[in-house]
Amino acid sequence: MRPIANTRSAAGIPTGRLAVWWVLASEIVIFGGILASYIMFRLSHGIWADYAANTNTMIGATNTFVLLTSSLAAVAAHAAAERGDGKLAARRLVYTILGGGIFLCIKSYEWYTEITHGFTISANGFWAFYYTAAGVHASHVIAGMILMAFVAKDAAKNAELHRVELVGIYWHFVDVVWIFLFPLLYIAK
Amino acid sequence: MATAEVATHHDDTRHHDEGFVKKYLWSTDHKIICFQYMITGIAMALIGGFFAYAFRMQLAFPGMEVPLWGVVTPGDYNALVTNHGTIMIFWVAMPVLIAAFGNYLIPLMIGCDDMVFPKINRLSYQIFLLSALVLISSFFVEGGAFAGAWTAYPPLSSTAEYSLTPLGSSIWLIAVALEFIAFLLGGINFITTAMNSRAPGMKLYDVPVIVWFIVIASLLFMASVGPLVAGAIMLLFDQNLGTGFFDPTRGGDPVLWQHLFWFFGHPEVYVVLLPAIGISAEIITVFARKKLFAYRTVLNTAIATGVLSFTVWAHHQFVSGIDPRMAHVFTISTLLISVPIAEMVFVYIATLYGGSITLNTPMLWALAFIGEFLIGGVTGIFLGASGSDIYFHDTYFVLAHFHYTFFPIAIIGTFAGITYWWPKMTGKMMNDTLGKIHFWGTIIPFNFIFIPLFVLGLAGQHRRIYNYENFPDLALDWMFDLRIMATVALLVMIAFQVVFFVNVFVSLRNGKKAGNNPWKANTLEWVAPSPPGHGNFEELPTVYRGPYEYSHPDREEDYWPQNEPA
Ligand code: HEM
Ligand SMILES: [Cu+2]
Repeated sequence: MRPIANTRSAAGIPTGRLAVWWVLASEIVIFGGILASYIMFRLSHGIWADYAANTNTMIGATNTFVLLTSSLAAVAAHAAAERGDGKLAARRLVYTILGGGIFLCIKSYEWYTEITHGFTISANGFWAFYYTAAGVHASHVIAGMILMAFVAKDAAKNAELHRVELVGIYWHFVDVVWIFLFPLLYIAK
Repeated sequence: MATAEVATHHDDTRHHDEGFVKKYLWSTDHKIICFQYMITGIAMALIGGFFAYAFRMQLAFPGMEVPLWGVVTPGDYNALVTNHGTIMIFWVAMPVLIAAFGNYLIPLMIGCDDMVFPKINRLSYQIFLLSALVLISSFFVEGGAFAGAWTAYPPLSSTAEYSLTPLGSSIWLIAVALEFIAFLLGGINFITTAMNSRAPGMKLYDVPVIVWFIVIASLLFMASVGPLVAGAIMLLFDQNLGTGFFDPTRGGDPVLWQHLFWFFGHPEVYVVLLPAIGISAEIITVFARKKLFAYRTVLNTAIATGVLSFTVWAHHQFVSGIDPRMAHVFTISTLLISVPIAEMVFVYIATLYGGSITLNTPMLWALAFIGEFLIGGVTGIFLGASGSDIYFHDTYFVLAHFHYTFFPIAIIGTFAGITYWWPKMTGKMMNDTLGKIHFWGTIIPFNFIFIPLFVLGLAGQHRRIYNYENFPDLALDWMFDLRIMATVALLVMIAFQVVFFVNVFVSLRNGKKAGNNPWKANTLEWVAPSPPGHGNFEELPTVYRGPYEYSHPDREEDYWPQNEPA
């Protein structure tokens, strides 16, 4: 039984969407804290550019592409949910999850090669930020995949279709964070 | 229309007998979650208060066996101080003022039946409870509890070599992180509920001050805590993975932590202040039988305070080697923020002016809040100015100052709220005489604890020193007399808290029945039965006017409930 509170909409925006935006607001400041600290260090430690030269831009670019594509599938899932086609929405969410999976596999391969070359998290300040920022991001990718699996399960039964949009908003956010990380960690050398 | 809504709602579980677990431990009812937060918060207050007792005994009678604790070693002392501060802020002020009162009041005061996400609400309490247990567990691990002060400055907090608490410091950090997650979840509920679930007819300016303030406080928390979460992740990695974010020998910077911490830490003061000052606003209008003076201005002021609070953090770093030009900027912003706060106090005084005032227990607490908080605010001006702060920094003057802000917030604000809403929460009245004895037995000793500490601070007594006998300049007889005075006052204050618990017990047992609206107040919670059942209202209210229409000239009654048609 849902409370009445849940069905009212004094602000004219569905409650679920409001809540997701507030979740994102609180996430933005977390990533903001890490990135602002990183940028301050980067500006005052010229040598970090040399450390950053050891990251693999090709891999980073591939992963950016993978993540953007997965976001596209999330948009398509939302469109299907709007039309009331829960089955199709669920299938498209599975594609998004797959995209996240591929992203994580590539990331693991990348980290594996870097660590075996001695670029560990404790190597120096740059690598500390590299693993911390990307690691916190990756944990969000995993969380998003799990959430999406639950939403897809319901959507396949045509239940709670509005959640397809909500989990999509979250996924786009994860994507946008990566769009910031990619130039900061890979391109600026 | 309202009746129709209710009919569809109250169909099933309402009158069923639920088991104890389902009803009290696993409930999604916002009122039960309020009680869970309240009881956990009060239990933590007893622990935090016990710590204060233990180290104040050590300060007054160095080296003596402290009853119930034993000899306080230097390591004990640091762990006690650290966890006293942490507990009082994060496990007492936050859960009681924001979570408990927010949970109880928001749905009732905006006229709906629950929070928008009841299950997330329950989850938020469960994570909070877990965080408290994790924190307490840190006392039982190898090396003991974290001892690097509640601000956790590195390098003291970042390597076991300095902190001597290899596990305690990480456990402490994880406990704080869990607590933050709990409050982020809770805050999202508060903000979306207040935004979206207001009763039909309730416009933004019909929302009571306390609800506004809790929402603004939740927003402040949400916007300020992120950088500290980031910092906490980095600190955890420094402790356990060998990174050097805050270690200058490895390219890091300990002052970065101070920025991340205080960017959160200063707004946090307003996060806990706003609910407390909001509680006192509600009480003052009701017991002065007057409209709250300049309601809209109060709200704008609160928003201004919130925004400004993000621009003052480096006043905590005047001695950390920041650029003096920066110090000027932060001095100015800090002094500016006292303007909206002072304005709030004036608004309350203007509300009282010419009112017909009832001096019962809740009103006494609400008035004391303003008086005592004023002392905290005024002494803060000395600390906000970089020139004088360099002298006062880390002395007992600072300590007395922030206790004059935190004690009114956490203790006075809580008692004001509990005594005022008690009839609604329990359906019973409290005994006013016992309430007044408890009030004076708390307020008088409180001043005798902390005024001496202002004096000691001005005489140069430094914070976080365990035994002043080792410092000839601080081991003078008159200084020991003052320390003993503060400690004895604390013992007296602790003893008087028994009166409160007696009052609670007597009221629950034999208290007079309260009825729906014993104070003749306007806000919607008083429309609901006392105590409200699951779903709150017998008939969901519709709102016709603002919350503070007292002594309206055209009416016989001196109050005018928000839901009463004109
Ligand atoms: C009336 C009871 C209380 C007494 C006697 C008391 C006493 C003290 C003393 C003596 C210290 C400093 C010890 C040192 O620096 O060596 C301290 C620290 C502190 N207290 Fe209290 N306190 C009380 C209540 C509170 C409350 C209600 C709050 C907040 C809601 C609070 C928050 C703090 C904080 C944040 C610190 C700083 C801890 C640190 O530096 O690590 N205290 N208290
Ligand atoms: Cu401050």
